[in-house]
Amino acid sequence: MEEVKQAEPGRTAGRREPDGDERAVRPGSFGVVAWARWFWRTLTSMRTALILLFLFALASVPGSIWPQRGVSDAKVSQYFSDSPALAEWLDRLWLFDVFRAPWFAAIYLLLFLSLIGCVLPRAATHLRELRKKPPAPPRNLLRLPQNASFEGDLTVEEAAKRLRRMRFRVVTGPGWVSAEKGYLRETGNLIFHVALLGLLVAVGAGALYGYRGNVLVVEGEGFANTVAAYDRYMPGQQVSAESLEPFSFTLDDFQATYIAQGERRGQPLDFEARLKVTDAPGAGQRDYTLKVNDPLDVNGTLTYLIDHGYAPTFKITDGRGQVAFDGPVPCLVVQPATFTSECVIKVPDAQPEQLGLLIGFLPTTVPMNGEWISVFPGAANPTAQVYGAFAGDLGLRNGRPQSVYELDPTSLKKMKPLVMKADPLAVGKKLDLPNGMGSIEFTGLRQWIALQITHDPGRMPALVASALSVIGLVLSLTVRRRRVWVRIGDRQEKDSGHVEIGGLTRTEGSDFSEEFAGIVAALNPGVNNDAR
Amino acid sequence: MPVEVDVGLATLSDQLTLATVLLYIVAMIGYALDLGFGRVRSTAKATAKARTAGEPALVTVGGDAAGVSQDTPRDEAPEEKAPPAWALRAAPVALALTWLGWAANLAAILTRGWAIGRWPWGNMYEFVVAMCFAAVSAFLFMHLRYRNLFLGAFVTVAAALGLGFAVRYLYVQAGPVVPALNSYWVAIHVSAAIIASGLFIMAGVAGVLFLVRKDSAVRLPSRQDLERVAHRAIVVGFPIWTFAVIAGALWADKAWGRYWGWDPKEVWAFITWIAYAAYLHARATAGFRGRAAMIVQLIAFACLMFNLVGVNIFLGGLHSYAEVPG
Ligand code: HEM
Repeated sequence: MEEVKQAEPGRTAGRREPDGDERAVRPGSFGVVAWARWFWRTLTSMRTALILLFLFALASVPGSIWPQRGVSDAKVSQYFSDSPALAEWLDRLWLFDVFRAPWFAAIYLLLFLSLIGCVLPRAATHLRELRKKPPAPPRNLLRLPQNASFEGDLTVEEAAKRLRRMRFRVVTGPGWVSAEKGYLRETGNLIFHVALLGLLVAVGAGALYGYRGNVLVVEGEGFANTVAAYDRYMPGQQVSAESLEPFSFTLDDFQATYIAQGERRGQPLDFEARLKVTDAPGAGQRDYTLKVNDPLDVNGTLTYLIDHGYAPTFKITDGRGQVAFDGPVPCLVVQPATFTSECVIKVPDAQPEQLGLLIGFLPTTVPMNGEWISVFPGAANPTAQVYGAFAGDLGLRNGRPQSVYELDPTSLKKMKPLVMKADPLAVGKKLDLPNGMGSIEFTGLRQWIALQITHDPGRMPALVASALSVIGLVLSLTVRRRRVWVRIGDRQEKDSGHVEIGGLTRTEGSDFSEEFAGIVAALNPGVNNDAR
Repeated sequence: MPVEVDVGLATLSDQLTLATVLLYIVAMIGYALDLGFGRVRSTAKATAKARTAGEPALVTVGGDAAGVSQDTPRDEAPEEKAPPAWALRAAPVALALTWLGWAANLAAILTRGWAIGRWPWGNMYEFVVAMCFAAVSAFLFMHLRYRNLFLGAFVTVAAALGLGFAVRYLYVQAGPVVPALNSYWVAIHVSAAIIASGLFIMAGVAGVLFLVRKDSAVRLPSRQDLERVAHRAIVVGFPIWTFAVIAGALWADKAWGRYWGWDPKEVWAFITWIAYAAYLHARATAGFRGRAAMIVQLIAFACLMFNLVGVNIFLGGLHSYAEVPG
């Protein structure tokens, strides 16, 4: 780029050079304005942008090393129970919330401040330049990086016409033509950087005005989009509970298909959930088949199928002969390959004592070495095996929140074990609990699906900004800014038919020589260029 | 959704992959012989000559593209004695073998796709095979335009190593994919990622050579040539990578209910993207051009490779094609 600059008198002033030689000079005295200016110049220099880019990348690395809240909450809790002391320290440094950490925000805010400071003045310069005419030719065209000369009768008008036909912007003077093209490069570059800003705004708006929630639905049951219906609800700061799209649906049926044979036996092929959707209260019902890559869209609120499992149904009769529990129990998948699952039933209404049951669910049960295992994720031979049944206080009234998927270990220690490792029950079979505590019957099988429901108003703006950024990027990386000057007649005797052509490109690392040769050929009347 | 796997075609694909490895290795030997014993070549001079030859005799075209100075030591080196005849033939033979290997590589990918009735990039094995193909394609097609034969030995050895690694450690039998991957976004997102990776591999190979070559190593490609090849590949690859990341976000939006969720693979795709952007900025910053920019480029390349291999092995996440957590 060095020689380009020398050959371009008066050029550099027109555009901020991204080079180090514009590095801000640190002010000697302590004027506030001087310091502010120094800070701003430093912040918006290319070198700072480079360093900030690096910091930005570096700062995201921890986000991939430690589990993140909101991405894998289960693993975060696991971390806390495995090494509490370390976890506490990591948490203090926001390492489980890297992308919401203040230090992360500091870096990207600085980066985007730097970006704004970089782009705004450049955009202004560029707008001015778009209206400016290409500059008059330098004195000696043959000293330019690209140059050629020939004898021929080329007139200024003819040269200008031909250059215009090549979509150059052209200015003529006495005996010379000055032409430039490739303004789209800078335009593209500005579009790209502005689009990045737009993307950040869109992402931020989405986080503020959108919400996300998870819910588990068992076949035959339904969901209505209200805050209370969610198992987990994560609203942005500006979302009110009333603004939720008022749709509802019931899950009629869920179907999972697996490969039945061969090396990949058990690999899932397809998931399908059949829903009956009501878009708004009072509206008609419609059928919808929810699939993995195919969310349900109700006015921009999207429902995704993200997980599934079994929900065997049980009927529990207590010691007094009352039905104390009757319904589906969603089980957690322990082994995804075979869908070996674990279910927990808490029966606080059982008399004379509360019951707690831990049950293993095996979708395709086979005996193996005196144990029972599942060999296939589909429900070919489903059984439920009571691992443990306990009587006593479930500890539900002590006020501490409990997971529905596990028996509270401290309460469990105080409960009386009734059954340990019973034989598996097939559908329709019953197990009597000892000591006249009642019985449990495995009455049937349903499935559950886990859904994620999101509303993100920044989605479309983010897409538009990304699309613009790619377009801008392609322009800025493929278009080349180039200038061509033609001088006709040498300086002593005008119009004698001696033509000098010089050219240069402002774009570093690009090869202008081929195109330049083409331009020279197009200007040379001795060459037949009708073909062009 | 087709479940049937055409075993005959799948086996043919495996054999074609092996043939590809062999062809690339033989081609690599050819390039190496050419580098070692062939004519000491100057790309700058050769292209300048080619250019002038096509123009009318009246016109004198002087100078050269910005950045190619004419005073590299190689250009001034006295003409060596003529290389042996066989050495002159090594390069064209190697090039022909590379094209042959490229065709076999393409055929291996196509037959695998036909055998399973889907786009053949559903797992690491298929992904790496396609990426090696993309890298060799990048080399071959850039060669058609820029005559950068000097990279042949290094690209083919990288591709052969990559394929060998895939066959030895990543191989899985052809078969259908899990539902999450059963989407046309696979075609769009993964194809773009593969093409960009192929170009970045080219740039990475040039970058490594740039750093290891000594000034006295006359027979290796010059630093300027390497720098230009790397820059060209990245300038083409970066927008494609940007597009791949965006297509990935669109797919994640369809499949997982958010377009960006800082899953480890997403984090590293982002880091890679930032690192290549940093390279492009470094080239525009005084004091960072040349060696420093190359180092930035190689860091970016390391991020790319880590994302491909490391994230699946060490970090997991949604993209490891395991179960989708609830
Ligand atoms: C997320 C942040 C950013 C990304 C991803 C990014 C990306 C890019 C890319 C891909 C280019 C094209 C390079 C080329 O033309 O060869 C570029 C050019 C440029 N960027 Fe950025 N940029 C970012 C932030 C910034 C910031 C903060 C500044 C201001 C200090 C800046 C200033 C520039 C300038 C001056 C150029 C033009 C270089 C030239 O024309 O040679 N960029 N940027």
